[in-house]
Formats: sequence, C-alpha cells, structure tokens
Amino acid sequence: MTTQAAISGHPAEHSGPNYIAVFIYLSVLTAVELGVYAMGLPQVAKVGLLIALAWAKAVLVAMYFMHLAMEKKALAVIAIIPVILVTFLCFMLLPDLTTRMWTRYDHPRPVTNPAEMGAHPVAPPPEQIPNQNNQNNNQAPIPQL
Amino acid sequence: MSEAAAVETHDHGVVQDQLEPSLTPGNLGKLGMWSFLAGDAMTFGAAIAAYGALRIGNPNWPSPAAFLGITTTAIMTFILICSSVTMVEALGSIQTGRMARYRNFMALTVLGGIMFLAMQAFEWHHLLGERGMSIKVDLFDATFFILTGFHGCHVFGGVVYNSVLLIRGMTGKLTPAKANLVEVAGLYWHFVDLVWILIFTFIYLI
Repeated sequence: MTTQAAISGHPAEHSGPNYIAVFIYLSVLTAVELGVYAMGLPQVAKVGLLIALAWAKAVLVAMYFMHLAMEKKALAVIAIIPVILVTFLCFMLLPDLTTRMWTRYDHPRPVTNPAEMGAHPVAPPPEQIPNQNNQNNNQAPIPQL
Repeated sequence: MSEAAAVETHDHGVVQDQLEPSLTPGNLGKLGMWSFLAGDAMTFGAAIAAYGALRIGNPNWPSPAAFLGITTTAIMTFILICSSVTMVEALGSIQTGRMARYRNFMALTVLGGIMFLAMQAFEWHHLLGERGMSIKVDLFDATFFILTGFHGCHVFGGVVYNSVLLIRGMTGKLTPAKANLVEVAGLYWHFVDLVWILIFTFIYLI
C-alpha cells in the first residue's frame, strides 16, 4: 500500500501538502523573477515586483516545506517577529541615508569600461582641506553645544 | 511520569522528549530550531538591511548586472529548491517508516547541497580571478562576499548536518521512531533555501 502510494507520488499516510505542486509554483515564480529582471522595467517597478515575488516564494517555503501552515498558530509568532524587525531595520535608516550622503566618498573602484558599467565614472573626492571656516562638507549640521 | 504528558498524536511511537512543549507538541527540538532560526534570520536580516542601506545611500554603487552574471546563480537557486523538495520527501518517508526511500531522498538532498557549494565556489573563483573582485576592493565587493560567504557557510553546515543523518540512516541507527530529528534538520535546510531566495533577489536581481 505504501509502495503504491510512493510510486504515484502522493504522500502515503500523512495528509501533507502536495509538495510537487509547491515545487512547481516555486519554479514558476523563479522563472517570472528572471523574466522581470530581463525585462528592463523602471527601477521602482522592478524592485517592487521582485520583492513581492521573493516574499511569495519565501512564504511558500515557510508555510508548506517548513509546515508552518500545519503547526499551531502561536508558532508563527516566532517566525513573524524577525520579519517585522528586519523590515523595520530596512526602513529605519532611509530618512538618514536619503538626506545625508554618508557613504558618498566610498573608495571609488577604477572604471575600466564605463560603457559596460552603465554607471557614471566616479571622480576621486576633492582634496580634504582642514576646516578653516568651520564649514561642513558632509552637509550635516554640526551640533552647536 | 510520561503518561501525564502524553499527547494523542499520530507519531508512530516516536521517542518521547523530557518536556512536552505546548507550541510544538511531540517535538521539543522543533521549538528549539524555530527559535534558533528566528535569531539566525535576524543576523541575515541585519546583513541584508545593512547592504540595502549602504546601497541606497551611495549613488555611485555599481550596477550588479555589470559584475554578476545570473546564469550560474539561477541554476543554484533551482538546485536549492529541488533539494528542499527532496528533504521534505525524505522527512515524509521516515515518518511513514520507508527507510530505503528516506535514504534515497536524503542522499539527493546532500547531493543538492554539495552541487550548490560547488557552483558557489565556481562563481567566486570567476569573480575573484577574472573580474578582480575582492573583499578589500570596495563596499560592493565586501557586501557581496560577506553575504554570500555567510550563507555558503550555512549551506556547508547544513550539508554536514544532513550527511550525518544520512549516514545514521544507512547504518541503521536512525529509526522511524526518531523522525523528529529529520524534521528539525529539514527546518534548518528550508531556512537556508529561504535565505538564498532573498539573497539572490536582493544582490543579483535588484
């Protein structure tokens, strides 16, 4: 009985999810991701779509391979807390980063072929003269104590 | 003593743990592994958030498409998804007492992990040698190697973990009564797959 079930591909005694169906969904989502990547959409649309697709795949793996859908609901609390915290981590620095360019003068890598790069070649930062006029090159206000 | 904590489950006479957790009845290790994975998710999440923060804050960030090809990595993603399927089938096999099937699927899972590591090494070799990338060059390279390297270490640990369970299955020390051990290992392996899905998306595709 179990060997017949094994040959037919269905789970024998456990009424588990259809793993082959989940696998097909994951493969399709991966193919769609690659398609979105190759399509050359505007950056915002591309990023949004790819993040949505990646999360869909992650949820599928978590719910059906890790059996989260079949567990007690309270266990999902352990799984969901890092998701919330990491999302917060990703967004918490945006106001700081988008208004102040702290990483602007990262050591620029030499550009061998700008056309291939697709990015602008980076000029080395200007000579750092010590602050004579108490001015701030980094655009962030100096706290006045 | 254990009768008081006995929970009615279809566990085929699984070896009982000392404690009966209410969140994961019948499998204490599962609760422990989920807790560990939550912490590990924070580590990876912090690394990915830092990568995102550095990338957004730097308008001179190179376009990943200029340095990173996705052919190898797309195949790596597919291999890891397949190995997750074989892992969950191995779990189903040992839970229903089919040890030969368990060994086959576990062997396939280990093979998938080894293939992933081999392709990752090939990718690194290409990037370090021909593309001249290095962890010392700039933040683009450093974040790339740290994220993929940290994940690769996790895959390696998972391969060792699964190999031990495979060998114990082959020597007969792992019986269907201990299927909980395979379930716990499966959680870790699926987590590794999940993190790769996210890393692949954020580093290569976006």
